[in-house]
Amino acid sequence: MLSIIFGVVFSIPTLLQTDSGKKISLGLDLQGGLHMLLGVQTDEAVTSKIKTIATSIKYFAEDEDILIEDLSFKDDIISFIVLDSDEISKVDTMLAEIQGLDVQISEDLSYTISLQPAQVALTKDLAVSQAVETIRNRLDQFGLSEPTVIRQGKEDIVVELPGIKTAAEEKAARELISKPAHLELMEVDEDRADQVYTLSANQAAEYGDIILDSNDGNKYIVKEIPILDGSQVTDAQVAFDQANQPIISFVLNSSGAKIFGDFTARSVGKRLAIVLDGKVYSAPNINERIGGGRGQISGGFTVVEAGNVAIALRSGALPASVKLLEKRSVGPSLGADSIEASKMALILGFVLVIIFMVLYYGLAGVVANVALITNIFIIIAVMAMFGATLTLPGMAGIVLTVGMAVDANVIINERVRELLRQGMSIPKAIEDGYSNAMRAILDANITTLLVAVILYAYGTGPIKGFAVTISIGILASMLTAILGTHGIYETLLPKINKSKNLRKWFGIK
Amino acid sequence: MVWYKIMELFKTDTVYNFMAKRLPFMALSGLILIASLTLLFTKGLNFGIDFAGGTIVQVKYDQKAPIDKIRAVLNNTVEFKNSTITEFGSPEEIIIRITGSSSDLATDIGDTLSSLLVTTGKYEIRRVDIVGPKVGGELREKGLMALGLSLLVILIYVSFRFEWRFAVASIFALVHDVTIALGMISLFAVDVNLDILAAILTILGYSLNDTIIVFDRIREGVQKSHKSVLEDVVNESVSRTLSRTTLTSLTTFFVVITLFIFGGEIIHGFAFTMLVGIVVGTYSSIFIAASFLVQLKFSVANFRVKEAEKLKRQKEKDKMRAMYEQGTV
Repeated sequence: MLSIIFGVVFSIPTLLQTDSGKKISLGLDLQGGLHMLLGVQTDEAVTSKIKTIATSIKYFAEDEDILIEDLSFKDDIISFIVLDSDEISKVDTMLAEIQGLDVQISEDLSYTISLQPAQVALTKDLAVSQAVETIRNRLDQFGLSEPTVIRQGKEDIVVELPGIKTAAEEKAARELISKPAHLELMEVDEDRADQVYTLSANQAAEYGDIILDSNDGNKYIVKEIPILDGSQVTDAQVAFDQANQPIISFVLNSSGAKIFGDFTARSVGKRLAIVLDGKVYSAPNINERIGGGRGQISGGFTVVEAGNVAIALRSGALPASVKLLEKRSVGPSLGADSIEASKMALILGFVLVIIFMVLYYGLAGVVANVALITNIFIIIAVMAMFGATLTLPGMAGIVLTVGMAVDANVIINERVRELLRQGMSIPKAIEDGYSNAMRAILDANITTLLVAVILYAYGTGPIKGFAVTISIGILASMLTAILGTHGIYETLLPKINKSKNLRKWFGIK
Repeated sequence: MVWYKIMELFKTDTVYNFMAKRLPFMALSGLILIASLTLLFTKGLNFGIDFAGGTIVQVKYDQKAPIDKIRAVLNNTVEFKNSTITEFGSPEEIIIRITGSSSDLATDIGDTLSSLLVTTGKYEIRRVDIVGPKVGGELREKGLMALGLSLLVILIYVSFRFEWRFAVASIFALVHDVTIALGMISLFAVDVNLDILAAILTILGYSLNDTIIVFDRIREGVQKSHKSVLEDVVNESVSRTLSRTTLTSLTTFFVVITLFIFGGEIIHGFAFTMLVGIVVGTYSSIFIAASFLVQLKFSVANFRVKEAEKLKRQKEKDKMRAMYEQGTV
């Protein structure tokens, strides 16, 4: 009795779709939406960390007027030569401040620096959690309802977007997530600018340069080690230039502003390349020292593109690129169709079973049906209480439960009938029937439950939903059959005893 | 009224001699098993994208889907040359299966395909599933683990609650059911995805459920009945549980068939597998599982001796505890 009330009360919010109270949320396969598993390319994060260290060594050397030569990095190893042995101690103190470095100095004052293995692992780990944070920030600003971004395992990220309605929206969201938004300010190598179309990548690397494409089809040769990167951007907004073209203006933090100011003061007459995701957007001439730490990116953006770039810059760069490992996208109309179809199957199966039970068992069938209906309410109530998600396989699980939930009652009823046929009195037959059936019900259901638990542990997404509904269904059916219907019989016993009509009550002669 | 007869379809007092016919039934099962295995080894399973990796795109047109036209368009490309196009549920709706997948997040294979189809009419892309090779491999591994672990857990639990021969017999019965279900899946070229794995595991649980009800009766019969020939005890137990086995299977069958007919195209494979599983599972619980038990030479007398010993040990324990409690009080 208690269980009926419990079931009905807690399932009301779900059934009536009220706004308050806990209810079951629909899985992406039923309401439509996008599920993705993304893999973070963590090796890139390590390379980029090395690059950042190289940048700070470069800045330090220039700031302190220490002469170093051949500063470069390859295969995650930085190497350079200090020209003056008196400066060694200064360099060493500076390097000691950076944690997790493996520094080797040979006799000719050449340094080889790499990351310690623990630091590599830490960097990779940090990259994934930072990517989660970044993607979450971006999606929040994109204005989608309830995006889910969670880390899964070592380097994977699960992204779930229930609010996606159209293919275009989905693509926009994916583009936003995948944008590395890696902003770099780089020095154009003016000494070799005229050779930009003749040098090969390898030749450029010998000078410590790289050749980058620009968004308007030109090429630039720039110093490999950037002056600044996007980690020092504190804000980015869409603005418009004199020609009313959308641009992105950004603000650097104080240390970024200092580096930027120092560099521009030193490099008047040279060009500064503004590089976003490996592409040069503009390379203005430096006419004077630029203080205040403000800059802008221009280069033929549409307003929407500029907006997305600004969001991406604000929410930080992805520490490494992400790859699509798995994607499941379901349109809302397909989800609605699935709900319709499985509802139909549920109701029809339900009606069939109910009619069959009454035909076969008479009033005992009605009792079993009460248990069955209670069962469904309990499943819905428990799922709502735990905020479980209903998926399409989950719906199939409920349908299946309808067929299997009567099982415990069938076992009991068959036992009772058997004892009645042997001429046992009704109260005793009911008591013994229940106790005889008990062991079988327990053993049979526990094994099914074990399999369901394994399915939950190894299943993914929608399949987990199936395991959940099946498990709750099994537990609920044991509860209603063993306690629920037993109680009903005990209450009805005086009546059954009086009528003595076995056909009416148990469907036997 | 007609339903008097329905209401007592199974007279529980009649004992059918199942065990006398166990060899023909086992031979029949053996034949079906061999046929299933042959199918599995020659035709094999049609792995869907969950396990094999790949891409499926479900497209709904606002009129009959121009399959030939779509095929012509796709055959002109390098990327989609080997894709298959099949009708899905209704003539308006199709599924395009592509063996490859793409890892580029910004522009994935679904976007490319969508732009290719522009010339073929008015349509809506309703579903795009992409499973990369890494994920496919992981899912395959996980699936096998789940299946293996389930069997192991069942073996342990049934050994613990019954006796090892019961456990081995029930595992035999389960392997029998699963093999035949897989054979049917192979025969009808059902796409094997995660939902099919879920169906297989459910069959496992379901068929085991049936088998255990029968075994429970045998266990009870061995403990209570005066008969000491195993065949007789088994016959009696299987006959007694016949009504229950058939009834529960019938109600489950009802709901699964409604799921199969009305549940929509996406759970078709799942419902199909369940349908096969229920039929085979019921058959094996009645005719096969107990036959294995008899074949394994389960000894009634030995079991009784063991049970008696267990009881004796329990009694001694209780006595000890009682003495201990009295001593301390």
